[in-house]
Amino acid sequence: MKVLIVAETDGGRVSEKTLPAIAFAQQKSPETFTILAIGDNLQGVEMLTGYGAQAVLTVNHPALAKPLAERYAPVVAHYAQQLGADAIVATTTTFSRDLLARVAGLLDAPMLSDITALESANGKLVAKRPIYSANLIGTFEVEGSHVVMTVRGPAWGKPEPKGASPVQNAEAPADIPTRSEWLSLQGGGGGRPDLTQARVVVSGGRPLKDPETFEKYIGGLADALGGAVGATRAAVDSGIAPNELQVGQTGKTVAPELYIAVAVSGSVQHLAGMKDSKVIVAINTDPEAPIFQVADYGLVADLYQVVPELTELLKNSGS
Amino acid sequence: MKILVSVKRVPDPYAKISPNATGTDINRDGLQMAVNPFDEIALEEAIRLKEAGKATEVVAVSIGGAESQEQLRTALAMGADRAILVQTDETLDAPSVAKILAAVYRREQPHLMLMGKQAIDMDENQVGQMLAAILDLPQATFASKITIENGSATVERETDNGIETIRMPLPAIITADLRLNEPRYVALTGIVRARSKPLETITPADLGVQTRTRVRLTQVEAPPARKAGKRVSDVHELVRLLREEARVI
Repeated sequence: MKVLIVAETDGGRVSEKTLPAIAFAQQKSPETFTILAIGDNLQGVEMLTGYGAQAVLTVNHPALAKPLAERYAPVVAHYAQQLGADAIVATTTTFSRDLLARVAGLLDAPMLSDITALESANGKLVAKRPIYSANLIGTFEVEGSHVVMTVRGPAWGKPEPKGASPVQNAEAPADIPTRSEWLSLQGGGGGRPDLTQARVVVSGGRPLKDPETFEKYIGGLADALGGAVGATRAAVDSGIAPNELQVGQTGKTVAPELYIAVAVSGSVQHLAGMKDSKVIVAINTDPEAPIFQVADYGLVADLYQVVPELTELLKNSGS
Repeated sequence: MKILVSVKRVPDPYAKISPNATGTDINRDGLQMAVNPFDEIALEEAIRLKEAGKATEVVAVSIGGAESQEQLRTALAMGADRAILVQTDETLDAPSVAKILAAVYRREQPHLMLMGKQAIDMDENQVGQMLAAILDLPQATFASKITIENGSATVERETDNGIETIRMPLPAIITADLRLNEPRYVALTGIVRARSKPLETITPADLGVQTRTRVRLTQVEAPPARKAGKRVSDVHELVRLLREEARVI
């Protein structure tokens, strides 16, 4: 299988969110994979060069300075065809969901979203992926030799360091459509690790009342652990936390080593986004909250009392 | 301005879903069905655009068996002007659905097409983008705010990095995310009125579309269950266990 990995970029910089897709390629096609990174004056390309890819292709063009699917899709399709790629792959994110399905449409290729496993059987690809809000796992068979895939980050992990890959500057195709324009991006950052990449995630629910309280208690505990902050849909909907922090079916899927759920009841939709975490801690006043059914360690207590205690304890012991 | 909205018949989002006895599909006995919630949000947005005087006609389209008429009647009751069912009992993959919708689009020539970002059964999140590619139209996925002005759409999108705003000329394909709006409850008068609104039934062949499904669901299973762990009595015990037993801090 010849794999083309589409690196995640914001148009200016390569994102580490690309790494699970590289881990996928190392496992499924270790000798024949190429990485394509698209943008303008792209930085951080060296993040991609130590994993044994045959080449890292970079396409730089002013029309590609922002990650618009309408503009990037023809570039991906062009290089997929030129390289004779059997599979076009990226880590599941909003970037790749937006872009790769458009690429599949351009190439009339079948697509598998958010896969957690892939095998070959009787000349067919057989993949597993979560369906029905991750309540079930579906097995899918794909006919034909070409496929577009997004791969679920937590299922594929990090790639192994391997031989260095040459970086090759590649031309942008001449016919980039420029109807869609990028205007702005609000939010993100804040100096904390990325939610989907973090080793520790601390999430809060609606009982956190308001943005200041949420930041003080959830942000404070996350900072004591060097972790990222997440939130439930209820917390986001009531304006306590920004949208991009939402963990769950309609938000992000995370699988950190440690997930601490504070005043999170544990709806099916929230569990869909975090139940693959290695260790789950739940802090909740309601001993019957469903979150306790998936938690490795449960503490039935008032968050306003125990979260400051926990934060202090962690700070003082230097964790 | 004419708006085309696609609606899919899916299991009710609050229904309990489990594998069937052979593990080849879900158990569909007595399963309550509904309009895909994200499609419902797309439809609500189209109806609001009509109420605001920005759109003149809202057309709902569904693909599926005769039973999908039920979801189209719901769309008509919410406020769509007419409905089209592309009737087929085949199980279609996303590219096939996109090809049928592209043919409906070419027949209807709308100025805007709205749809849910994904259907809550297969959770693929593919059809809108494939459709935009087939029709060579601009796309905006994960929309949480749509402003239509002077023949263009300005769309706020919920991305992993925050709210991104993009603008594109119409026609375009826009897919709805959760926070775009809260769909209305269907009023009884709407249900009564919906009975007299036109619901046309056609087939993929009528549209000149030949579908070829290449992605097939062959097996359905429950994910490995996570077992409940232990209760701790205070933060000191919690920190000790995280450090000595789980070794994650």
